[in-house]
Amino acid sequence: MTRYILVKLFYLVVSLWILASVTFLLMKAIPGDPFMSERAVPPEIKARLMAQYGLDKPLYEQYFIYLNKLVHGDLGISMKMQDREVVQAIRDSFPYSLRLGIVAIIVSVAVGVSLGMLAALRHRKLLDTSSMVLAVIGVSVPSFVLASFFQYLFGVKLKWFAVVGLNAPLDYVLPTIALSALPIAFIARLTRSNMLEVLHSDYIKTAKSKGLTAGVIVRRHVLRNGILPVVTYLGPLTANVVTGSFIIEQIFGIGGLGKVFVISISNRDYSLIMGITIFYGLILMSARFLTDLAYGFIDPRIKLGNGKEKAA
Amino acid sequence: MISFNKRNPLQDIPVTADHFKKTSIDEHAAEAIERESISAWRDAWLRLRSNWIAMTGLVCLVLLILMAIIGPFITPYDYYTNNLELTNLPPSAEHWFGTDDLGRDMFARTWMGARISLIVGFSAAAINLLMGVIYGGIMGYVGGRLDNVMNKVSEIIYSVPDLLVAILLVVVFEPSITTIILALCVTGWINMAWIVRGQMMQLKNQEFVLASRSLGAAGSRILFRHLIPNSLGPIIVTLTLAVPSAIFSEAVLSFLGLGVQLPAASWGTMINDSLKAMVIYPWRLAFPALFISLTMLSFNMFGDGLRDALDPKMKK
Repeated sequence: MTRYILVKLFYLVVSLWILASVTFLLMKAIPGDPFMSERAVPPEIKARLMAQYGLDKPLYEQYFIYLNKLVHGDLGISMKMQDREVVQAIRDSFPYSLRLGIVAIIVSVAVGVSLGMLAALRHRKLLDTSSMVLAVIGVSVPSFVLASFFQYLFGVKLKWFAVVGLNAPLDYVLPTIALSALPIAFIARLTRSNMLEVLHSDYIKTAKSKGLTAGVIVRRHVLRNGILPVVTYLGPLTANVVTGSFIIEQIFGIGGLGKVFVISISNRDYSLIMGITIFYGLILMSARFLTDLAYGFIDPRIKLGNGKEKAA
Repeated sequence: MISFNKRNPLQDIPVTADHFKKTSIDEHAAEAIERESISAWRDAWLRLRSNWIAMTGLVCLVLLILMAIIGPFITPYDYYTNNLELTNLPPSAEHWFGTDDLGRDMFARTWMGARISLIVGFSAAAINLLMGVIYGGIMGYVGGRLDNVMNKVSEIIYSVPDLLVAILLVVVFEPSITTIILALCVTGWINMAWIVRGQMMQLKNQEFVLASRSLGAAGSRILFRHLIPNSLGPIIVTLTLAVPSAIFSEAVLSFLGLGVQLPAASWGTMINDSLKAMVIYPWRLAFPALFISLTMLSFNMFGDGLRDALDPKMKK
C-alpha cells in the first residue's frame, strides 16, 4: 500500500511539474513582451519594468526563479490588475466557486446514484427507460445551453429564481442543476450498468437461495458492489465541475474563480492565466490522486501501481 | 422378468427382404449451406439496423452533415454581410431563423457553425485515431519494457487537465480552426491509444494468432490480417464517441471567446453572443442551442448503438 501511494504521489508531482513547465514555456513563446501597448513607453521605464518583473534575466534563470516561487506558493503579480497578487485574486474568488462546486458534487453523486439504482432495479420498465433517456439527453446537451435555457425559463419567464447572483440559498438551484446535469447522467449510467452486472452475478443467486429478503440483498450486496466503480468517477467529476464553472459562473454572474479565469483570458492577463491554470491543475490532479487512493483502499483487487485500465 | 410366453403381435407379420431398402447418407447434403453466410460486419449492421435509437441518430447525423454542406447555399443571404437596418429580426419568410444583432442571416450562420463544429469534431477524431493507433499499437504489439515506459508517459500526459491545456494553447497561438483542432488533440489521443493497446494485448495471445504464427505468417501479416481487423470494432466505437466530445470542447472554447475568428462563427460563439440579449431576442439563442444539442445527441445515440452492435461483450 505504501508503495502504491508513493508511486501515485510521484506521478502527481511529475504531472504538476510538466504542467508548470509547459505553462511557463507557452507564456514565454508569446511574441512581444507584456508591456507593449499603444503608448510608447520610454526605454528606461521599460527596462525598469523588465527588471522589476525579472524579465531581464536569462530564460533558464527565470525558469528556476519561477519554479522556486511556485514551490513556496507564490504565483506572481497580475499584469493587468495593478499590483494585485495572483494568490490574492484566487483567495478572493475561489470560496464562491468552492461552495457551488461542493453542492454540485454532492447533488451529482446523490441524484446520479439514486437514478441509476432505481433504473437497474426496475430494469426494462418505464422508470428504467425514462431515466436512461434523461441520461442520454444530459450527456448530449452542453451545460451552457442547459444553463441559458433554465435561466430564461425559470428566471426570466416564470421568475421562480433570481436570474443572476449567488446571494440567497435558493440562488444555488439553477447553477447547481446546470453544473450537475452532465455528471448526473454519467453517474446514473455507470451505476445502472454496474448494478445490472452485480444483479446477475452468482453471489446474488446464493444470497437469494439462502432465503434473504430482497431488501437485505439490495442493501448488503448489490449496493455495495454496484456503487464501487462510481468512486473512480470522482476525479473526472471534479474536472467536470471545474470546467463547467467557467461557463456557469459567466452565465449566472457569479464572481467565482471561473469568472476571474475567463476575464483574465479575454484581457490576455498572462500571469493571472498562468497562476489560475496551475491552481486548477493542482486541484484536479489532487482529486485524481485521492480518487486513485480511495479506490485502492476500497477495492482489494487493485494491485499495487497497476490501476490504469479503470481510469479510461 | 421378461416373459417369453407372451407372443409379440408384430411377430405375426411376415418380414421379408423387400421390406428393406438400402440407403446412404448424403454427406454433401449435410454440409450444404442453407442460407447465405453472414460476415461479422454484416451481422453488426443487421444488429445496428434493428436498433431504432441508433438508426434515428444516424439519420439525424446524415441530415445535419447534408445541411452543413448545402445549408449556406439554400438561402440567398450569406453569413457575413451586416445589415444594420434589419437587426434582431424574429424568424420570418425572408430570414428563416431571423437575424442577429448586426443583421446577419441566422440561417446561413447556423449552418456555417455546423460546418465548423463538424470539421473540428471529425478532424480531431481523425488525428486522435492516427496517433492513438500508432502509439497504442506499438505499446500493445511490442510490449515489455517499451510498453511500460510508453504507458507511464501516456499516463502522465493524461493526468494534465485537457481543457486547461487547450485554453492555454489557444490563448498563446491565437484562435483559428487549426489551433483549436491541435489543442484538442494534445490529450485526446490517449484514450484511443489505451483502447488499441488493450485490444492488441488481448488478441496477440489468442489461439488464432498462434495458429497463424505457427503456419509461418510474418509479423506484418499477423498485424494487418489479424490484429488490426479484430480491434476495429472498439476503435470505431471510440472514434464515434470522440467526435461529440471534440465538438463539445470546441463549443466551450468559443463560448470563452477562444473560438474561430470573425466573421465566421461556431455554435458556441453564437450562443455566447445571444446570451446578452436573451431576454429580448430568445430565438437568437434557440437555433444554435437546438442544433448543437441535436448533433451531440445524434452522435451519442449512434455511438451507443454502434457499441452494442459491434461488440455485444462491451455492452454497458
